[in-house]
Amino acid sequence: MNGSVSSWDLSVGVDGPGTRFVVFTAGCPLRCRYCQNPETWRMRDGRQVPADEIMAEIGKYRRFISVAGGGVTVSGGEPLLQPRFTAELLRRCHDDGLHTALDTSGLLGVRATDAMLADTDLVLLDIKSFDPATYRRVTGGPVEPTLRFARRLADLGRPTWVRFVLVPGLTDAPANVDALAAFVAGLGNVERVDVLPFHRMATGKYDRLGLRFPLADVEPPGQEQLDRVHARFRAHGVVSV
Amino acid sequence: MNATAAWRGFRGANWRSAVDVRAFIQANYTPYEGDDRFLTGPTERTRAVWEKVSSLFPEERRRGILDADTTTPSSITSHPPGYIDRDRELIVGLQTDAPLKRAIMPAGGLRMVETGLAAYGYKLDPAVKEIFTSYRKTHNDGVFDAYTPEIRAARRSGVITGLPDAYGRGRIIGDYRRVPLYGVDRLIEAKQAELRSLDDADATDAVIRDREELSEQIRALGELRTMAASYGHDLSRPAATAHEAVQWLYLAYLAAIKEQNGAAMSLGRTSTFLDVYLERDLAEGRITEERAQELVDDFVIKLRIVRFLRTPEYDQLFSGDPTWVTESIGGLGEDGRPLVTRTSYRFLRTLRNLGPAPEPNLTVLWSPRLPEPFKRYCAALSIETSAIQYESDELTRPRTGDDTAIACCVSAAPVGRQMQFFGARVNLAKTLLYAINGGRDELTGAQVGPAHPPLTGDVLDYEEVTEALDRMMDWLARTYVNALNIIHYMHDKYAYERLEMALHDYPVKRTLACGIAGLSVAADSLSAIRHARVEVIRDATGLAVDYRVTGDYPAYGNNDDRADAIAVGLVRSFMAKIREHRAYRDAEHTQSVLTITSNVVYGRHTGNTPDGRRSGEPFAPGANPMNGRDRHGMIASALSVAKLPYDQALDGISLTNTATPDGLGRTPDERVGNLVGVLDGYFDAGGFHMNVNVLTRAVLLDAMEHPERHPQLTVRVSGYAVNFVRLTPDQQRDVVSRTFHGSL
Repeated sequence: MNGSVSSWDLSVGVDGPGTRFVVFTAGCPLRCRYCQNPETWRMRDGRQVPADEIMAEIGKYRRFISVAGGGVTVSGGEPLLQPRFTAELLRRCHDDGLHTALDTSGLLGVRATDAMLADTDLVLLDIKSFDPATYRRVTGGPVEPTLRFARRLADLGRPTWVRFVLVPGLTDAPANVDALAAFVAGLGNVERVDVLPFHRMATGKYDRLGLRFPLADVEPPGQEQLDRVHARFRAHGVVSV
Repeated sequence: MNATAAWRGFRGANWRSAVDVRAFIQANYTPYEGDDRFLTGPTERTRAVWEKVSSLFPEERRRGILDADTTTPSSITSHPPGYIDRDRELIVGLQTDAPLKRAIMPAGGLRMVETGLAAYGYKLDPAVKEIFTSYRKTHNDGVFDAYTPEIRAARRSGVITGLPDAYGRGRIIGDYRRVPLYGVDRLIEAKQAELRSLDDADATDAVIRDREELSEQIRALGELRTMAASYGHDLSRPAATAHEAVQWLYLAYLAAIKEQNGAAMSLGRTSTFLDVYLERDLAEGRITEERAQELVDDFVIKLRIVRFLRTPEYDQLFSGDPTWVTESIGGLGEDGRPLVTRTSYRFLRTLRNLGPAPEPNLTVLWSPRLPEPFKRYCAALSIETSAIQYESDELTRPRTGDDTAIACCVSAAPVGRQMQFFGARVNLAKTLLYAINGGRDELTGAQVGPAHPPLTGDVLDYEEVTEALDRMMDWLARTYVNALNIIHYMHDKYAYERLEMALHDYPVKRTLACGIAGLSVAADSLSAIRHARVEVIRDATGLAVDYRVTGDYPAYGNNDDRADAIAVGLVRSFMAKIREHRAYRDAEHTQSVLTITSNVVYGRHTGNTPDGRRSGEPFAPGANPMNGRDRHGMIASALSVAKLPYDQALDGISLTNTATPDGLGRTPDERVGNLVGVLDGYFDAGGFHMNVNVLTRAVLLDAMEHPERHPQLTVRVSGYAVNFVRLTPDQQRDVVSRTFHGSL
């Protein structure tokens, strides 16, 4: 089976626990204003790659990952835009004894079958905002499917890390953070929330693609602001890092 | 005090009857598998001594050197005692009579001394100049008497470069531990016995030389005893306490650096040896943990202020003022017990007690089987200070045993049993250009290599290029080994390391440590020629001066065999060619893939290359892939390097990695665990060496703007560490632009 793949990469400590082989699939239905990977927006910009080829590439890192600790993360783009391809990668890695993670916005959560989720050791669920209006302003899409997917993961008991990008002036409203924290606290399967400070390092990528980075003028959050957000999550009993 | 009293409580027999420090360590050390919580911080005394000497650093940085003695050629006994703070210092001894005051060592080469002094506004004493021109020949003079025109041309163009022909060759580690364990008198007796063993041998060249060298070694040991006595220490007997053991060991090392200004003056593997003494004193109630740490801190302060007089060009080549006081820490014993002790921790702790520093060059011999708390402590300090390098205990132990130490950056050898003839390196990227141009230099047009017919096609053909390269490498290997044989013949003759060799076994095993630079440029160029289309652009004289690359090619550094196999092939092939030429004193040939920061200078002297690199652009350091061509992150890049065969590069393969803190994990604890994982994974994969820098681009940029805010900022380059603020602007830019393996 083929999938449209933008690239693959080895990362440490940023796409799930440990050293991870990360497959970035091509194509995403959302257009988050802070998106750092504009090259993954369109499926047609990816390369058609057989799952076998990806698995062979992963094979080169099998030993390293087992010694170093880590696994495989299917990310994107939006991997659930290509659910069968994503499911196949997750299944084959899982069968291989590798720790598997799925990095998704949850918008297309209905496309993830229970079988796929059973092959997924960890879901990295990007909840970009809790407030629906803010969510739409950030992503151009609705938040409800993501929240439904989050509840389904909770029902299935799938270990989940929620990721929240803190963008000053966009996602940092205290009410928005509090509501997200309360929601996450009620789920029971969320091991932690990653509060990711917005950054502008992808500006160069936008330039190369002839695009304008929409948040080019927004300053990254300072440490104090991050600390305040962490405190809000902690006040709800949520582990945030 | 006699040996019986000095050795009270020590176990084992083999080390008593013969000089064998390893046997002593194995019989007496206490492995430590706990964590770092027993450690103590700096005392008031330690702070006062460190502040007193470090307050001199800004002035030294501003002026280039703080002071120099222009009249006294340095020897073991040349200078009266010097102190930082006589009342507070626990471990005493300076290279001259004042801290940071540089000595002159003309035996290696007078020019280095004269130009070094002149650069900083000093003038060599005329009497010294007369002695070393009219009456006493130097190593440098000897070498140039014997160099051939061909060697001179290759040296001038930089296709062979960095040769130790103008100063001390270095990279020889005396087993300084022998002095505290046995005392000098006993060591002299052992050397006398070695000398007597040649009494009945026919007086051939080799025997005469050995007899003379052994006699010099004995003389040097006597001078060590004299120098130590001037500091009030009687080194004739073994050390009886931990304080004496540290002091004896340091004085032995001090004698070496008073006699030699070697390119690298490494220390060896001393922490676990000293631990035996520290633990004995702790058990006897003689010292507290605080005092044990003070002794180590004071010792390390001394190692931080080792200085040699160099020229600004030398400092530019090596970035700042490195001395490679390399100390190897950790590793496992052949019996599987970790060689980690509390004193391994105490040495590493100096990075916190005194702040980060490039020297001593703290080198952890890593094995995935090391105790987990120790691995985590190392990783935490790496993240905090970027001051540690890692080398594979799993590769060295089976080959050179569990008393191996690293000389300089990545050269492994058993302490006191093996020495190397340091051979710098050849520029493989330039060699490839010579192959294309029939031996003409791409920048000057001069005929440097043999005049083979140049390649004439408009598009480079892989088969043709590899054949031409093979022929050019044949020439290079022969010219190179010839040059090294001359250098080491003359160094033995005019600047023999009497004291360091007195602390070696006789006979000693020797290696001829060759090396290659520009591996990634050469490999990528060949990959481009094979997998893409490389057109040649020639000047009016037919000299290929530029290349136009059309299409993609797989680059070294992506864990892609199509490119990595080319790099592996170059390493194997050059090693085989080196081995064809007999080495001076029948040394065993080895090579390194290590450019140190000279990657910047080598790049400056190399024209456009077929991989698309522009003329003058820096090479990647060591065995690193070229900046920006490793597209899949630090691990893929590292696994390409891990494919280079250590058996064909026994002098070491260097990899420098830079990550941002965020590129290792989200929390401090996670980062430590992940870095431990990466090191385990890399060394499990057969990697030999890794420098770990954990830095943000912003900090480096700030340090370029405001050096005064970052006096201790330490950056690891191939195989050693430097003060970032002492790098040239060129080198600072190179470090900043080097791939940051952060999460973007």
